[in-house]
Amino acid sequence: MGPGHSALTRGRALALGTVPVAFLALFFAYPLATILERGLTSDGGLSLPEGTTALVWFTTWQAAASTLLTLVAGLPLAWAIGRFRFRGRSLARALVLVPFVLPTVVVATAFLDLLPADLQRGVPAILAAHVFFNVAVVTRIVGGAWATVDARSEEAAAVLGAGPLRRAREVTLPRLAPALSAASALTFLFCFTSFGVILILGGPGRATVETEIYNRAARLFDLQAAAALSILQLLAVAVVLTVASVLEARAGDGGALADEGDVLRRPTGGRRVAVAGILAIAAVVLVLPLAVLVGHSLGSWHLLFEETPALLVEPWQAAVYSVAFASVAAAIALVVGGIAAITLARRPPGVLDGFVLLPLGASAVMLGFGFIITFDAAPLDFRSSWWLVPVAQSLVAAPFVVRIVTPALRSIDPRLREAAATLGASPGRSRREVDLPLVSRAFGIAAGFAFAIALGEFGATVFVARAEQPTLPVAIFRFLGRPGAESQGTAAALAVVLAGITVCAALAAERLGDGRGRGF
Amino acid sequence: MTLSDKRLSPLAVALVLLAAACGGSSGGGGTAATGSQVVLVTHDSFAIPKQVKAAFERQTGYRLRILQGGDAGEALNRALLTKGNPQGDVIFGIDNNLLSRAVGAGLLDPYTAKGLDRVDARYELDPTHELTPIDHADVCLNVDRRWFASHGVAAPTTLEDLVKPAYHKLLVVENPATSTPGLAFMLATIARFGESGWQGYWKQLRENGVLVVDGWEEAYTARFSGAGGSKGTRPIVVSYATSPPAEVIYAKKRPTTAPTASVAASCFRQVELAGVLRGATNADGARALIDFMLGERFQAALPESMFVLPVRNRTPLPDAFRRYAVSPAHPLELPAAAIGRNRDRWIDEWARVTLH
Repeated sequence: MGPGHSALTRGRALALGTVPVAFLALFFAYPLATILERGLTSDGGLSLPEGTTALVWFTTWQAAASTLLTLVAGLPLAWAIGRFRFRGRSLARALVLVPFVLPTVVVATAFLDLLPADLQRGVPAILAAHVFFNVAVVTRIVGGAWATVDARSEEAAAVLGAGPLRRAREVTLPRLAPALSAASALTFLFCFTSFGVILILGGPGRATVETEIYNRAARLFDLQAAAALSILQLLAVAVVLTVASVLEARAGDGGALADEGDVLRRPTGGRRVAVAGILAIAAVVLVLPLAVLVGHSLGSWHLLFEETPALLVEPWQAAVYSVAFASVAAAIALVVGGIAAITLARRPPGVLDGFVLLPLGASAVMLGFGFIITFDAAPLDFRSSWWLVPVAQSLVAAPFVVRIVTPALRSIDPRLREAAATLGASPGRSRREVDLPLVSRAFGIAAGFAFAIALGEFGATVFVARAEQPTLPVAIFRFLGRPGAESQGTAAALAVVLAGITVCAALAAERLGDGRGRGF
Repeated sequence: MTLSDKRLSPLAVALVLLAAACGGSSGGGGTAATGSQVVLVTHDSFAIPKQVKAAFERQTGYRLRILQGGDAGEALNRALLTKGNPQGDVIFGIDNNLLSRAVGAGLLDPYTAKGLDRVDARYELDPTHELTPIDHADVCLNVDRRWFASHGVAAPTTLEDLVKPAYHKLLVVENPATSTPGLAFMLATIARFGESGWQGYWKQLRENGVLVVDGWEEAYTARFSGAGGSKGTRPIVVSYATSPPAEVIYAKKRPTTAPTASVAASCFRQVELAGVLRGATNADGARALIDFMLGERFQAALPESMFVLPVRNRTPLPDAFRRYAVSPAHPLELPAAAIGRNRDRWIDEWARVTLH
């Protein structure tokens, strides 16, 4: 490979890298800066409202505690799913995604049905709900990494006399470190900016920075305080991300990827019991709230196909709009996030990796407000365009794609690429035939996540939602807000549809990723 | 329109969306030719039957587009944020509790709607005509009739009843900081007990085990025992005067009488209004829409589409609403200006007394 050749590639990579940067600048930084500027200049400067210290303290510790508990709950499941082959494995992987996309109020109502009265409110309920919602993040990201850690290294260590603890500490853990760090950072962010869970399960008066921003911006119309708190939240998130990426960089890369086929074993002996136990507990916890929803929906399914005064379309049609919007959003997220990942993977892990997650630290209501005052005049007059819905959704989904795909790209064994080059393959060809199949599984996971996130996104979407094309979360909220058993039943039926689509999409994305992998 | 093209339309839209996405993001503006359409900005409880929407479009020649999201307060704040260059032509859903924030702010253009002469004067809350009344639905306590019958307890009939030991741990209300009916109920207690007495009343409610939740959805569908299909345990809830008929019409099996009832003496006036946004792209269309919303057809559809009552005199009501919706001649009320001045302070005081 000549020097001129490599310079060309570098130039092309640089050009490629401008795509995600431009996307973020236009649809994230610009509207957010506009609304913050409006807030801070309208009525006098940057000052934080009273009680901010307590607010930040509660927000931080509940997020840290939630993350820790989610790791504790998610790691056994990640181990079972990442390490072993068993019947229904794909279904289990798809099922963990369901809580992640269901609207909070739907899950919370199911929780209220299941929990005894004195456990329904307060901090324990918040932590439990955060674990329930985010266990998917740990299970899928860490489980995905576990499935590609070459089991032969562990076996070699065992042969050399390393005990199970030492094997875990010195062989497995370092390889899982990037995935663990990514999953922890994502979970922390979601709990830090949690909204519905805090409102419903926290009980009145319980607030986090995010709920207070919403309260100030959307209810009190106190944009000054909302802007100040938004900046504080972004700064806090930036600090967390920096710390996480420094830790991650120190942990080093995850080592060589193995093909899943070589890693998965049938569980035997004591492990069989452990895997069965973990799966049984997970099944009960994940399926029980769903069963409650199915129970609520019985007798209301025919209503999905009847005209209703609540919507301009028949309720089932919301599923079609949801799938359409989420497909577009997932496509945008995969393209933008994929390009960002390719660019990032060319350099060693660093702070930049972490900052990719920054959009998740922005308050949805402020971003939504930013959209409607920024994109309101030519040539950027598109605050009423339909595609702002999937763009808003992709802002949440794209960071996931980057975080899932980048480590996979980095961990491609450079020797494979060198071997391909030695055999005369051009860089393009080696990327196509060596890298692509190996990372296709990561893309499969990312696509499933991106689609699921877009499907469930509600915050920023409502600002640009149109009554003629309601999405499933919008339709669910509409029916939940109407009295009468029929309306509640219709909401439950729509929630079951949302869960069903999520499972199907996750299964399909996985199959797509695996199919390509097998081809190699 | 035949059944088959009705089924097809969302699929077709989906395909167009996908095609547009594949074709690149710069495929021309998504906005149709403005001028031929009217855009309504509203809250997420707004609903209009398809046939009624079609009737407006046929009568006026304008296409009606609806942008909705958030509750009434949020919709109003979005409108205030885009003052001068509004997202739409008409805003609907501003109620008497928000009125003072909207009127006189340069947000709206005055318009005296056709048909306003058919509206009872008590609903005309804005003499400057920036806002036109469209519907009303008082916020009232609802009681679970079956619960009270089977427990041999008389259902409460006044606000004072709620602090009696017989009603210990029976009431669920919404947080006035986060819920429209919750705010209205707090205002009802202020109207009833006065500036210096309402805090004491809430202290007693608290001692009597009132449950406060953040939203109507949780209070009514999950905590209230009288809602159809609910596993709730509390037989008294803050909801609307129109909730009892909804429990009849939207029950899975239609009951012979309403399972719930409103407590008339607890009702607080709630009127929803609409206005022409200043700077509207289609001001003529905006005025036509407000006229239409005061017209017979839209007014008659209000009860079953939004569970609110028409303001136009002699509009026929569906049977269940005639029988089970209360409409007290003199509900509790407070002047909009007083609400505007004191709302935030009252909410803070309420939180101190009730939550901390």
